[in-house]
Amino acid sequence: MMKKLLIGLFALSVNVLPAMAAGPSVPLMEAGNDISDQPSLQRGAKLFMNYCLGCHQMQYQRYERTFRDIGIPTEVGKEQLIFDGSKVGGHILNAMAKEDAAKWFGAAPPDLTNVARVRGSDWIYTYLKSFYKDESRPFGVNNTLFPSVGMPHVLQELQGLPTPIVEEVEENGHTVTKVVGTETDGTGEMSVDEYDQAARDLTNFLEYVGEPTRLESEALGIKVIGFLIILFILAFMLKKEYWRDVH
Amino acid sequence: MFGKIVDWIDDRIPMTRVWNMHIAQYPAPKNFNFWYFFGSLAMLVLVNQILTGIWLTMNYVPSAEGAFASIEYIMRDVEYGWLLRYLHSTGASAFFIVVYLHMFRGMIYGSYQKPRELLWLFGMFIFLALMAEAFMGYLLPWGQMSFWGAQVIISLFGAIPVIGDDLTLWIRGDYVISGATLNRFFALHVIALPLVIVILVFLHIVALHEVGSNNPDGIDNKRKKGTVAEEDKPKFKFHEYYTDKKDIIDAIPFHPYYTVKDIVGVVGFLILFCWVVFFMPAMGGFFLEAPNFEAANPLKTPEHIFPVWYFTPFYAILRAIPDKLMGVAAMGASIVVLALLPWIDRGSVRSVRYRCGFHKWNIAGFVVTFVLLGWVGATPQTDFKTIVSQVCTVTYFMFFVLLFVYSKNEKTKPLPERLTK
Repeated sequence: MMKKLLIGLFALSVNVLPAMAAGPSVPLMEAGNDISDQPSLQRGAKLFMNYCLGCHQMQYQRYERTFRDIGIPTEVGKEQLIFDGSKVGGHILNAMAKEDAAKWFGAAPPDLTNVARVRGSDWIYTYLKSFYKDESRPFGVNNTLFPSVGMPHVLQELQGLPTPIVEEVEENGHTVTKVVGTETDGTGEMSVDEYDQAARDLTNFLEYVGEPTRLESEALGIKVIGFLIILFILAFMLKKEYWRDVH
Repeated sequence: MFGKIVDWIDDRIPMTRVWNMHIAQYPAPKNFNFWYFFGSLAMLVLVNQILTGIWLTMNYVPSAEGAFASIEYIMRDVEYGWLLRYLHSTGASAFFIVVYLHMFRGMIYGSYQKPRELLWLFGMFIFLALMAEAFMGYLLPWGQMSFWGAQVIISLFGAIPVIGDDLTLWIRGDYVISGATLNRFFALHVIALPLVIVILVFLHIVALHEVGSNNPDGIDNKRKKGTVAEEDKPKFKFHEYYTDKKDIIDAIPFHPYYTVKDIVGVVGFLILFCWVVFFMPAMGGFFLEAPNFEAANPLKTPEHIFPVWYFTPFYAILRAIPDKLMGVAAMGASIVVLALLPWIDRGSVRSVRYRCGFHKWNIAGFVVTFVLLGWVGATPQTDFKTIVSQVCTVTYFMFFVLLFVYSKNEKTKPLPERLTK
């Protein structure tokens, strides 16, 4: 009886769990990043410092620990990745005032320390690849994942400005014109594949910053669980030995 | 030398006596199964929460301005701060998992029945205190879900007629959730409620040891004095406190038998627990909700507001009813009715093993109901799910109504004379 109940419960939970993940309106692309890939993290950090930090801070993350974790010697990082003369032990900040930012972009650019934990890596990757040309917007760009976003396409010099693919689609019985995808206009410094890799590197870096202790945690976790499994065997044998008198 | 020290202490406090009475010579039924691990596991998690909580408090800043940043400071700059925080956050969910399983054990084996009504009530009070503790703790990270979750839950008290608005004001200490709310929740979370929980756990154990543990067969293993033949008595020494009043059968001393067995349970639990802590502390958004990694912003409402998973079955009952006051009343009733179980169940056979087939289906239905309610309470509402939550609200209460009806003249199976394996 109890066993059947448990099996039923398990089957139920397996069926229910995927249904609980709320899906965004646009299908997300798989980022396929790997936070143990240090060269990728280093390229991502370089992209972040050059293209993002002007507007987006990482107010809880420090330069020095970042350099250490992703394998950049402190001296090299100090020279090549700190542009505003910040101390290497300081947080990754910019000088933009929130009030100004809200005036310029409609909303202050969010802090990106935890963006990967709030949105997920696939979301970031998809977002970076979803900008397209839209003259009706203040900066001339829009985003399929984040419609009417206030942010300009800061990676335009790398990717170029994708042109939208517009199609007529059925939606709730009405025919609407919708941007279903984008295609490269060929004006960027990078090829499509190179840009995908850049977006992946940047996503990777943001995922690392979201939880800088992830790899340390897993390395320690394997040791802890290994120890516990041995302890479990010993505890089980101890119990068997003692319970001889009972049976 | 050691014996002398023990004697010296025993002359002053009853150390050996308490040890023998409650541990080394405490008679425990010999047929405890898997379900009997969760009481000791709940104590383990309580200790984990207290210890990790103390260390978190050393770096946490209880203010609206500093709370979120101090959590990030703990996660990034404090040595092993991430580990302390994940142990604490995973521990909160683990606490509810083991407590729900512990309560379920009580339900299937009828552990709430006479003479264990007070034991069950102390347990229910622990559950209530635990819910308050978890709710207040969830505000402390001062993330988006902390803020808006608290906003939603506290506003529920506003549904109470006449005093509602004043009551919410009194709870918040402000017209909105603010630093004042955070500070008082911090005080209650780190001092008041843990103290209440520890005292209640103590009383829970006192009540347990006075009446003795139930067992999977649900039959008494303490018989009237003088009715048990010498050769049927266990060969172990039990404390006179128990043997003077009753003859005891099929029992073993808690220590060393159940201490060594519980160690197996503890290590098994820790393997699963550490697997979550080290590899998936957010548990796919169930243990740590994604919007909570964004600092609280009173001007920006999250798209969906959900309580953490352990509240969602009750939250679903609340949402199932369109009228706010009736919803709050139903949610309250869903917990009160659990506490009244000893009086709702009018049967005299405790264990599901020997009760009627309908009882088994009733319990199975209750489990399905509880899980479904948890699911609809944790996901965005749709028309279909509203219907599911309404049906489940009915079946939730129907469990108790049916139990009350059929338990009076229930056709039960014959009880065994002795505890079975």
